[in-house]
Amino acid sequence: MKILVCISNVPDTTSKINFTEDDTKFDTNGVQFVINPNDEFGLTRAMWFKEKQGATIHVVSVGEVSVEPTLRKALAIGADEAIRINTIPTDGLFVAQQLAEVVKNGQYDLIIAGRESIDYNGGMVPGILATLLDINFINTCIGLEIEGDAVTAIREIDGGKETLATTLPLVVGGQKGLVEESELRIPNMRGIMMARKKVLNVVEPTDSIRGTEDAKFEKPAPKGAVKLVDSDKIEELIDLLHNEAKVI
Amino acid sequence: MRPDLFEAPDYYNLDDLLSEEHKLVRDAARQWVKRDISPIIEEYAQKAEFPKQILNGLSEIGAFGPYIPEEYGGAGLDQISYGLIMQEIERGDSGVRSTASVQSSLVMYPIFSYGTEEQRKKYLPKLAAGELMGCFGLTEPDHGSNPGGMTTNFKDKGDHYLLNGAKLWISNSPFADLAVVWAKNEEGRIHGLIVERDMEGFSTPETHNKWSLRASATGELIFDNVKVPKENLLPGKNGLGAPLGCLDSARYGIAWGAIGAAMDCYDTALRYAKERVQFGKPIASFQLQQKKLAEMITEITKAQLLAFRLGQLKNEGKATTAQISMAKRNNVDMAITIAREARQILGGMGITGEYSIMRHMMNLESVITYEGTHDIHLLITGADVTGIPAFQ
Ligand SMILES: Cc1cc2nc3c(=O)[nH]c(=O)nc-3n(C[C@H](O)[C@H](O)[C@H](O)COP(=O)(O)OP(=O)(O)OC[C@H]3O[C@@H](n4cnc5c(N)ncnc54)[C@H](O)[C@@H]3O)c2cc1C
Repeated sequence: MKILVCISNVPDTTSKINFTEDDTKFDTNGVQFVINPNDEFGLTRAMWFKEKQGATIHVVSVGEVSVEPTLRKALAIGADEAIRINTIPTDGLFVAQQLAEVVKNGQYDLIIAGRESIDYNGGMVPGILATLLDINFINTCIGLEIEGDAVTAIREIDGGKETLATTLPLVVGGQKGLVEESELRIPNMRGIMMARKKVLNVVEPTDSIRGTEDAKFEKPAPKGAVKLVDSDKIEELIDLLHNEAKVI
Repeated sequence: MRPDLFEAPDYYNLDDLLSEEHKLVRDAARQWVKRDISPIIEEYAQKAEFPKQILNGLSEIGAFGPYIPEEYGGAGLDQISYGLIMQEIERGDSGVRSTASVQSSLVMYPIFSYGTEEQRKKYLPKLAAGELMGCFGLTEPDHGSNPGGMTTNFKDKGDHYLLNGAKLWISNSPFADLAVVWAKNEEGRIHGLIVERDMEGFSTPETHNKWSLRASATGELIFDNVKVPKENLLPGKNGLGAPLGCLDSARYGIAWGAIGAAMDCYDTALRYAKERVQFGKPIASFQLQQKKLAEMITEITKAQLLAFRLGQLKNEGKATTAQISMAKRNNVDMAITIAREARQILGGMGITGEYSIMRHMMNLESVITYEGTHDIHLLITGADVTGIPAFQ
C-alpha cells in the first residue's frame, strides 16, 4: 500500500499573531511552525500501516522552502520520502489541484489529509481533492482499518459515530481519533539521522486557478474590561444591559 | 506539579542562527522533556530517587554521546546540537542533565578519545543505547578542586593492575555498570581505567540526604585491591590533562544546560507575574517585578549568545579551556541568580514543589560547585589573562 500524507505547515497555537504590509500579510517573524495537528494524527496512523502492514509513506506539502523543516520532521518520524510543491498555498482549491497532480503521478492507494488546518480552518482540501481525483472520500475520520482493498472507517457525526465500508483508493480527512494524542511520536535520534539521507523532492507547481487572494487581515477587537455586578443587585445589571451595553 | 506550559524565550531570534537539524534535535528533546520528564520529576526529586525508566528515552533523543560518530553508536551530531540537547534536558532538571553529561562527556568521550579500538567497540554502542551506564571518578574526599593531588593509585602486577583508593561525590555511581576512574601509577602519573561493577573489591555506596540534584544518584567509589585487567587502561592520554579534557566537554554542555534551567525559571515567573493579581493589578505591572523579569531575559539572551559562539568555536576545534570556563561560570551564575529572583516573584507558591523553580535553584547549587567551582573558573580566567596562576 502506498500512502500519501498531505501536510500543512501551520503556526504553533501559542504563536503571537501579527500582520505586516498594511495588514495584508501574516508576520512570520519569531513564529514557530509545526505539522498541522490533524495531519499529524494522519501521519501517525500511516506509521502504523507502515509498521504493521508494510505500507510506504510519502508526505507532501505545498509551500516555499520554509516548509522543509516540517517535512524533514515527518521524515524523521518515519515517512519514506517527501515532496514539496514549490509555491505559496493561497486557497483550498489551489492546494487541492496541486496535490491532485502529485497523486496522479504517484499512484497512491490512500491519501490522508487533515480535516482542516488550524491556521485558516478552511477544511476544503481533502473534499476537493477527492472530487478532482474522482475517488472515495471519508471526512472527519476517527478510525481506519484496511485489509487488501477493503476499508473500514469510522466517521464522527453529530452526536455519534458512523462506521463505513469502502474501498481503496481513498481520500481521508483525518483528525484526533485516528490515533490518540498519547500515540503521537517524537522523532528519535535514529529517525533524525535516517532523515538526513531520505529524499525530499521539490516539484514546480502546475498551472491552476487561484480562487482567492488575501486582501486584508484583521484581529478581533481586544476584550474590554469586565464589570462585576453583585448577585443581589439585579436592578443594576438590567440597567447596565439596557443603557450601557444596549443589548436588551 | 502543574502542567508544563513552557514556552522558550528567544529574544534575539537565535533560532535564525540554527540549522534545520539543530532545531529538529532541539524540538524533539523539548517535546520529550515535556512528555516524559515534567510530569514525574518533582515526585522523584522529593523521593530523592533517580527515575531509571527515563534511560531509554534519554538514549532515544540522543542524549548519550550525540557527537560520538555513528560507527560507535553515537549520532554524529555537532557540538551545538549537543549543547541544545543539554539545554532542553536541564530545562526539565539539572539532575537528569547531569546523568546525560556524565555518560556523554565523562564516560563516552574518554573512551572515544583515549581508548583503544577494542574498547570503543566494546563499550560505546551500549553506552549510547543506555544499555550500559557509566560514571566518572575524579574527585576524592581530600582532593576536590585540586584533583592533581589524588591518592587513588594502581600497581602493575604483571598480568593486571591492582587499584586502591576512594572517590567521593560521583554522579551515577550507585547504579553505574562501569566507572572511568582516574588514578596514579607507581610513578605518580594519572591514568584512566575502566572499572566494571562486578570486579571484586569494588563498591559504590550511595550518598544520601542531598538538598540538591535529588533526582540524580550520587555516591562513592571504593577500590579495595581491585584487580583491573590491563586492557582496561585508557592508553591514549595520561597526566592531569586527560581528565581535564573530559571536563572541558562536560563544562561546555553545562554552559548550555544552565540556560535551560534559567529559561524555565524565567518563563514560569513571567507567566505567574501576568496572572497573579495583588492590589488590584497583575504583579507584572509593578516596576520592581518588571526589573527582575527584564534583567532575567537580558541575562538569558547574553548567555545564549555566549553558548552559541562557544559552540561554533568547539565545532571548529578552537574552543580553549579558559573560554569554556568563562561560559560555564557565567551561565551557571546567571541561572542561579535568575532562579533566586524568579522564586521571589512567585511568593509563597515558589516555595512548593507545585512549580519547578525552587528545585532548579537547589539543583544549581551543585552545578555551580561541580566541574570546577565558581571560584576555580574565575582563577582559570585570571590565570589566562595575566599569565599568572593563582591556585596555590
Ligand atoms: C552533586 C554532585 C555531583 C558530583 N559529581 C561528580 C562526579 O560525577 N565526578 C567527580 O569526579 N566529581 C563530582 N563532584 C565533585 C565536584 O566536582 C567537587 O565537589 C568540586 O570539584 C569541588 O571540590 P570539593 O567539594 O572538594 O571542594 P573544595 O575543593 O574543598 O572547595 C571548597 C571551597 O574552596 C574553594 N577553593 C578551593 N581551592 C581554592 C583556591 N585555590 N582558591 C580559592 N578558592 C578555592 C572552592 O571554590 C570552594 O568554594 C560532584 C559534586 C556534587 C556536589
